[in-house]
Amino acid sequence: MSIDFSFTEEHDELRATVRAFLESHSDEAAVREQMSTDRGYDPEVWRQLAEQMGLAGLLIPEEHGGAGMGCVELGVVMEEMGRALLCAPYLGTAVFATNALQHCADETTRKELLVGIAAGRTTATLAHAEPNGRWDLAGIELQAKAADGGFTLSGEKRWVLDGHTADVMLVAARSDEGLSLFRVDAGASGLVRTLVPTLDTTRKLASLRFDRTPAQRVSTGDQSEAFARVLAIGGAALAAEQVGGAQKCLEMAVDYAKTRLQFGRPIGSYQAIKHKCADMLVEVEFAKSAAYAACFGAAGEAEDFLETAALAKATCSEVYFHAAAENIQIHGGMGFTWELPCHLYFKRAKASDLFLGDAAHHREVLAGLVGI
Amino acid sequence: MAEYRSMSEEELRERVRALLAEVHPEQVDAVGFRQKQFDHGLAWVHFPEGHGGLGLSPKLNLVVHDEIARHSKVVHGDPPASVIGIGMGAPVVLTYGSEEMKKRLLPKIFTGEEIWCQLFSEPSAGSDVAGLATSAVRDGDHWIVNGQKVWTTVAHLSRWGMLLARTNPDVPKHDGLSYFVLDMHAPGVEVRPLYQITGEAEFNEVFMTDVRIPHDHMLGKEGQGWRVAITTLMNERVAIGGGGSKRKGGGATAQLLKLWRERKPGALSPGQEAILRDRVTRSYIDNELLRLTAQRARAAQKAGNPGPEGSVAKLAQAEINKRMWELALDVLGGDGLAFEAGYELRQSAGRPQNVEALAKYQFLRSRANSIEGGTSEIMRNILGERVLGLPGEPRVDKDVAWKEVPRS
Repeated sequence: MSIDFSFTEEHDELRATVRAFLESHSDEAAVREQMSTDRGYDPEVWRQLAEQMGLAGLLIPEEHGGAGMGCVELGVVMEEMGRALLCAPYLGTAVFATNALQHCADETTRKELLVGIAAGRTTATLAHAEPNGRWDLAGIELQAKAADGGFTLSGEKRWVLDGHTADVMLVAARSDEGLSLFRVDAGASGLVRTLVPTLDTTRKLASLRFDRTPAQRVSTGDQSEAFARVLAIGGAALAAEQVGGAQKCLEMAVDYAKTRLQFGRPIGSYQAIKHKCADMLVEVEFAKSAAYAACFGAAGEAEDFLETAALAKATCSEVYFHAAAENIQIHGGMGFTWELPCHLYFKRAKASDLFLGDAAHHREVLAGLVGI
Repeated sequence: MAEYRSMSEEELRERVRALLAEVHPEQVDAVGFRQKQFDHGLAWVHFPEGHGGLGLSPKLNLVVHDEIARHSKVVHGDPPASVIGIGMGAPVVLTYGSEEMKKRLLPKIFTGEEIWCQLFSEPSAGSDVAGLATSAVRDGDHWIVNGQKVWTTVAHLSRWGMLLARTNPDVPKHDGLSYFVLDMHAPGVEVRPLYQITGEAEFNEVFMTDVRIPHDHMLGKEGQGWRVAITTLMNERVAIGGGGSKRKGGGATAQLLKLWRERKPGALSPGQEAILRDRVTRSYIDNELLRLTAQRARAAQKAGNPGPEGSVAKLAQAEINKRMWELALDVLGGDGLAFEAGYELRQSAGRPQNVEALAKYQFLRSRANSIEGGTSEIMRNILGERVLGLPGEPRVDKDVAWKEVPRS
């Protein structure tokens, strides 16, 4: 389908506002400070982000205290957050958990939790992946047990965004109704949450172990279709975040190539460096097209949205990683040091490639949908 | 640019209907109709009156085409007989030609009676066109031209050529060029087909030996040739880069998917099949990204806010296209060994219809994509320097007389 890619003046304003906020609240020093903590984010910044900026409730309807915006606006915000390497429970709370609630959860739960999320009182996350290493729906094998009119969970969830700090965990698991969504609150009995030492320390991941942990089923009927959409929206948002990071890497590389002198001239005047930068530019522009197509597709409920989302995650994963890797190479020895931020982007790039399934996984999804 | 006078769309449509009442496209040949169309000022409405136009905005050209198509099954000159004449020849003659030349040349460009070609590239001047060596030496009210041009489309059919030649070798390269309209029938002009990798000739070589050109066939002043030429070159690059499919999975992607779906059953092991499938998917994605980026560029253009998305198409398309047809041959496997069309040296006859034959043809033809209209290496320089603002290479030919610069 043909997508109208037109960002409006309101979008441009939103982008400028978010960028200004992040420049003052999530500069490199702030990122380095938060990434070395276990919590992984600054609660004061999160509060301002939710209360002043209204970003925690960006996708949440106004009736529940949110901003009532859509995936195009979400894409703009994610792009800026990716650019700034913001350390915050945003992807888990405002993207995955919020979408899971909106698409899978019953009215009561939805209302209760969305109000808290929009106000910045509640952080939440979605637990999806398991030790089997798969990212598709068939990889969700955790079986809920019916007990005393409710359910219990026993087993493990992996790679849960902010799983060690989230107030509420939404867990994808099997029940007699098929794929279902369960709610487990922090402090539930038999729940052990373990922070994983991660490749990318700017985004915290945890393992959740359940041992006869009481869980409330908050969905009705099989959620496979809705859940596929939740993951696709998450993929589109992550793709936008990757675009922001990739663009930043390109800018860092180009700035350095203009000022670093060797053999008496800027290294950017050598074609070996210049052509790397030109190729990065082409790739970043392509990645933008893919991510924007996915975000506009999600907002417009395009019938081929699942295809576009897979295409975007596949493309942006590779583009971001390549841009981050080339950024290190162009910075030479300095690019390899702890002191420069090149490694922070490199680690985020690889982690966001692997999270939710890598580029090859998403090409496989796309091939299946297109019939290749 | 020029100021245009205003005319309502309805009045313009009325004028087209008056033309159609006088002569109808379904009843005469292209020359007969387009001669009248020119006389009515409906050839290119943004040209001045008397030269096939009405001094209107170029946007209104579409209205003329639309109104003709509304009343006639035949639209003569769509596509035009001389793409180069219409796209490059006419604008340059209008901008730089004398009144007499405009009168002589413009009508026959429009009717298609006279085909035009462009004589810029030379064997020793490819990416560095401004370093060209063909010389033009003044002899009274004529110029005597000697040299060789290459990659000249339709030279064998052309009546006129747009020639860039060196009139002063003692100044830096850009300053010593002049621009001429060359009569391709003049004594000393020899056109030979240039056979390419496919065995066909889409292009020609043009040899010029003591060819005499009247001084009044110079466009622009002596030494201003580069400035005159630059407009033409920019049009060419836009024309080459603007392609790509408009529809999801359309165009070349559809051909590749057809080949993939009709692959020989059982020829590939599961491992090979998985690898090729991923490459086909990558190619599908590449072409989607081209299409989406072109869409994004159009939206940005419309919003009056064009960014780098418009500049990357030429480079990306060339590389993607080459990769795709390489893949197509791998999908064909052993059948890719056969080349049924053969290599008999011949004039170009267009692209094959059959998908397998097309794949084999494009496997060879697409090599030129990253060379013609600016090599990929030159495009990367342009993106690096003009879009990203990286510094240029130190130049050894800057501020040096052309004749002092080493050449191959």
